[in-house]
Amino acid sequence: SSWWSHVEMGPPDPILGVTEAFKRDTNSKKMNLGVGAYRDDNGKPYVLNCVRKAEAIIASKKMDKEYLPIGGLADFTRASAELALGENSEAFKSGRYVTVQGISGTGSLRIGASFLQRFFKASRDVYLPKPSWGNHTPIFRDAGMQLQAYRYYDPKTCSLDFSGAMDDISKIPEKSVILLHACAHNPTGVDPRQEQWKELAATVKKRNLLVYFDMAYQGFASGDINRDAWAVRHFIEQGINVLLSQSYAKNMGLYGERAGAFTVICKDAEEAKRVESQLKILIRPMYSNPPVNGARIASTILNTPDLRKEWLVEVKGMADRIISMRTQLVSNLKKEGSSHNWQHITDQIGMFCFTGLKPEQVERLTKEFSIYMTKDGRISVAGVTSGNVGYLAHAIHQVTK
Amino acid sequence: AYRTDEGQPWVLPVVKKVEQMIANNNSLNHEYLPILGLPEFRANASRIALGDDSPAIKENRIGSVQSLGGTGALRIGAEFLRRWYNGNNNTATPVYISVPSWENHNSVFVDAGFKDIRTYHYWDAAKKGLDLKGLLDDMEKAPEFSIFILHACAHNPTGTDPTPDQWKQIAAVMKRRFLFPFFDSAYQGFASGSLDKDAWAVRYFVSEGFELFCAQSFSKNFGLYNERVGNLTVVGKDADNVQRVLSQMEKIVRTTWSNPPSQGARIVATTLASPELFAEWYDNVKTMADRVLLMRSELRSRLESLGTPGTWNHITEQIGMFSFTGLNPKQVEYMIKEKHIYLLASGRINMCGLTTKNLDYVAKSIHEAVTKIQ
Repeated sequence: SSWWSHVEMGPPDPILGVTEAFKRDTNSKKMNLGVGAYRDDNGKPYVLNCVRKAEAIIASKKMDKEYLPIGGLADFTRASAELALGENSEAFKSGRYVTVQGISGTGSLRIGASFLQRFFKASRDVYLPKPSWGNHTPIFRDAGMQLQAYRYYDPKTCSLDFSGAMDDISKIPEKSVILLHACAHNPTGVDPRQEQWKELAATVKKRNLLVYFDMAYQGFASGDINRDAWAVRHFIEQGINVLLSQSYAKNMGLYGERAGAFTVICKDAEEAKRVESQLKILIRPMYSNPPVNGARIASTILNTPDLRKEWLVEVKGMADRIISMRTQLVSNLKKEGSSHNWQHITDQIGMFCFTGLKPEQVERLTKEFSIYMTKDGRISVAGVTSGNVGYLAHAIHQVTK
Repeated sequence: AYRTDEGQPWVLPVVKKVEQMIANNNSLNHEYLPILGLPEFRANASRIALGDDSPAIKENRIGSVQSLGGTGALRIGAEFLRRWYNGNNNTATPVYISVPSWENHNSVFVDAGFKDIRTYHYWDAAKKGLDLKGLLDDMEKAPEFSIFILHACAHNPTGTDPTPDQWKQIAAVMKRRFLFPFFDSAYQGFASGSLDKDAWAVRYFVSEGFELFCAQSFSKNFGLYNERVGNLTVVGKDADNVQRVLSQMEKIVRTTWSNPPSQGARIVATTLASPELFAEWYDNVKTMADRVLLMRSELRSRLESLGTPGTWNHITEQIGMFSFTGLNPKQVEYMIKEKHIYLLASGRINMCGLTTKNLDYVAKSIHEAVTKIQ
């Protein structure tokens, strides 16, 4: 007999299931709106030009393949911190931060979660917005933390339940951890406005909560890297020493290269050094040291003025295409004669959109129109093109009229 | 890390070639790999460890998880064992690590949640070889179902491996006492120059019907240190068991790194899948292994010519990157302070640091240390 007779079959990944079913579908008009990766207007993966150029530069340098330090490529981590905090940030200039390279967003979140489990003794509780990215919960749980929630999305209006959020957050026990999506909330696409962020910061400060930002879409949300990082920077300016996870999967299209970073804003540079030493102790038994390729590409882009300029244009291009698809979807729905209010589609931001469609409607979209999305009505706007937005609008109208 | 005779890092020629191929292939992009990794990498990596004619592969009872280096493979395996081995979430299952061992082994299993990490005898300092009796004794005394971390070849840091006969004895005890073999294979090919020879122990255990894990690293044998290329090979009783194991490992991967990095896996997969590139790689690996073997034999012969007190056959009997010279801490201090030769207090030297230019100096220095300091 086997050691593993009692091992249960793990549940199939819900998002993967969508893609599997999509692949099997033979309908020529089929659409995969579950995909969490950017697609161009032809529905194809997009390798940024600045990435190709960076790769050529790197290849020409003929570097060796020696191990990176445990904390990662220094040029990358420094540039990453500067990108998030802003070059004029007092926290950045004073060096009162530590940034370590992480395995994209997930790896960075996990390092932070493990760090909290080991060193944040005040609380085991991490408060997530309702809903949040599906993987947040298991990441924190596997790291040994407990999950709680605060109200966030209002399904009635398909927008932010700000009063509900403020109400819940103002009651979170002091010294708990609160996770906030810096921009382009996943899965709803609903972000607070700047005045709302200001109130959130004040409340969080008053409640003495430890803030953990997840920023997976800087630049990709509005097209403006400074605008997308506004909340993170505002919190820090208010004296809130945040934790931050960054990903370059979407904004540089480096998905499979796993480029990311984890930052802790500290009291001073000395504290940052101590925190860094402990982060390394956490990382070493996970994977020893991080993969170089994605970090080197990102670092080359961020640190080469011409490439950085080009990147800013390209990331804006991606964001603009998404925004344009949102606009076209809404106008096409109007043209179809839909009487529903679809304003939330253009109010929401980033890769994902909570359409407000109910499970039965989603099922019809899949069965009758071969349009694939997750049961919660979330679509990846990245999967919409000028070629299929009309079809999508038509289908949505059919199942909602 | 490996060093050339000029003391420089070495990017394998086949790696340079394959990287160029990848760069020129415009059909490739940077999309996510599946959670368990690049399929062509996983299959080829496990095939390298288990052998082309492995009965386990033929019987479809193996699984693979692409991991972040050997460390990542160890960690995924450890996390899985803690959750699912010997009951559910049995953190009390003893984990045995050799004394000495790679120092990170301990941390991997502690951070994975195991509460009872123990040591097993391994290095016999007096005879400068394997303490087989102590090792077997520890296995006899270990609670049933204990996990044993075994170095597949080129034991780190001693360079001392069991002989095939000794492995047979180890396997017999482990089978009788229901001990779980978790192999760490970081030097396949790099140790002897032969992939088959360096995988003999793992394959023997498979042929004896064991279910086992093997954490593989491609850092040294492909020189891909910073790309983090590793693979956890799972051998089970049948396909169904392996499938369920992999489905649970997928969940563990998802909360650790979601999916693995693509560059290094592409390089290895491309190389292993092409007969010509594979032959070229084999040649590159042999180059590295042969240089280390040459340094060993040259160092030993110099020490013997100098008449350095003691016996020095262990230098050539040991294998891989490291050698436990037998120098004591005082002698090591002399080497560092007086001769500016850096080695660990344990007497461990990295053979890759030896070159034709420094062999004489190192041999003379060891001679001095041994004759002057007791």
